[in-house]
Amino acid sequence: MTYATSLVCRECGNETPLDPVNACDFCFGPMEVTYDYDAMRGVVTRESISAGPRSIWRYEALLPVDPEHRIDLQVGFTPLLRADNLARELGMRELWIKNDTMNPTWSFKDRVVAVASSRARQFGFETLACASTGNLANSVAAHAARGGMRAVVFIPHDLEAGKVLGSAIYDPTIISVNGSYDDVNRLCSELADARHWAFVNINVRPYYAEGSRTLGYEVAEQLGWRKPDQCIVPMASGALFTKIYKGMSELADLGLIDDSPVRMYGAQAQGCSPIATAWQAGTTNIRPVKPSTIAKSLAIGNPADGYYALKVMEESGGGAVAVSDPEIVASMKLLAETEGVFAETAGGVTLASLRKGLADGLIDREASTVIFITGGGLKTTDAIANEITKPIEIEGSLQSFEEAFAAAGG
Amino acid sequence: MASKRVRFTFEGERVGQPLIYRLGQEFALVSNIRMADVEHDFGWVVLELEGEADEIQRGIDWMQAEGVRVDPIVGDVVEG
Ligand SMILES: Cc1ncc(COP(=O)(O)O)c(C=O)c1O
Ligand SMILES: [Zn+2]
Repeated sequence: MTYATSLVCRECGNETPLDPVNACDFCFGPMEVTYDYDAMRGVVTRESISAGPRSIWRYEALLPVDPEHRIDLQVGFTPLLRADNLARELGMRELWIKNDTMNPTWSFKDRVVAVASSRARQFGFETLACASTGNLANSVAAHAARGGMRAVVFIPHDLEAGKVLGSAIYDPTIISVNGSYDDVNRLCSELADARHWAFVNINVRPYYAEGSRTLGYEVAEQLGWRKPDQCIVPMASGALFTKIYKGMSELADLGLIDDSPVRMYGAQAQGCSPIATAWQAGTTNIRPVKPSTIAKSLAIGNPADGYYALKVMEESGGGAVAVSDPEIVASMKLLAETEGVFAETAGGVTLASLRKGLADGLIDREASTVIFITGGGLKTTDAIANEITKPIEIEGSLQSFEEAFAAAGG
Repeated sequence: MASKRVRFTFEGERVGQPLIYRLGQEFALVSNIRMADVEHDFGWVVLELEGEADEIQRGIDWMQAEGVRVDPIVGDVVEG
């Protein structure tokens, strides 16, 4: 069962029932789900969690959905890989990859959509919708299909073919908007007022955002019930970044892990780095930008949770890094070549930011570190198509093989 | 009467201009500020505009023409 009790405004503390509401009635600040942690203590234990399903629903007490309304594609409980090859390459002592490419639609967005779509169904919505940079639309379309709901997904016109196809296969209505993600988001915000649709990242955003906490829970559980010393997380709106931190803090509050410090580092592409730029300038005032980067899934120029991400950096003693498109591609390749993990551009952003943070002395080589690889590579093949080794072409004879193989350096 | 929640973002010299005041003078709109953060060359204001729906739209168009970024803030959806 869920221990969710109400929504609380993150700015003024105003409390309301668990409704499909995004903004506080008093100050228009963002609403967030809260839980009865006291009732959970002693009931929600390491043992009770370990006995649950191998998916995000093992943390059902901490997710705002009643079990009978779940739309379940077995999201989450993805591998946490010890990355010794990559660690050696980077001169690090203890490095882990949280491989969230291994979700039903190959990105961490399945976590947020599993929760938002289930809650939307519990509210009685029949249509799931979203403003998306690609991955979210894939997941919304899949969950709507599985849950017997209608899907209407809005994307910017210039997405990668793989991201569009990854939605189309579930047969949603896809609206391709001639503009950037921020134009898409603006349009959807207007529509959310006008239509009785559950826009997972707009009017049901408080429930959506909750799903990302499971990444924090899983990493702590998979490390043997402890926090790592450092996390590197890609940021678009900044929601994921704040929720991983929150998830680990909650487990500590519940007494399930020690409350050791964890430094949170946010990763962005230089072509869209409003949060990292504000961090470097030492301000909490985020200036919207017009994105231009191959990391399209992270191309949000006006990040809704940027302010809270900056607060987490400050509180945790972390920071932010921004990297160039060539650095992103090089890191996509390095991740694949050293550890066998094929990430999309966002994964390249994360690893490139770790490398840059190490080089700049911002990130500690000796500390136990987790990089969050949040999306799979087959959706962004455009970014690397010209960067990979081509096959060696031969005739079907031994001689042809021996010649070509020798010519290629054996 | 209608109302709309919006976020105005100001950059550069627009920070010092009395644009919200003029919005109230030149349009039949009442603005009710809820949150704001303003630095010397950058700032944002979250507010609610009250007036006839057409007038609200005209006021927003005018703000945008003045170079202010206007983002909607989603209200509540009463039921599914
Ligand atoms: C693969 C991937 N990683 C990370 C993110 C960042 O998520 P957030 O908007 O919560 O910062 C996104 C967002 O679209 C994404 O698609
Ligand atoms: Zn409030």
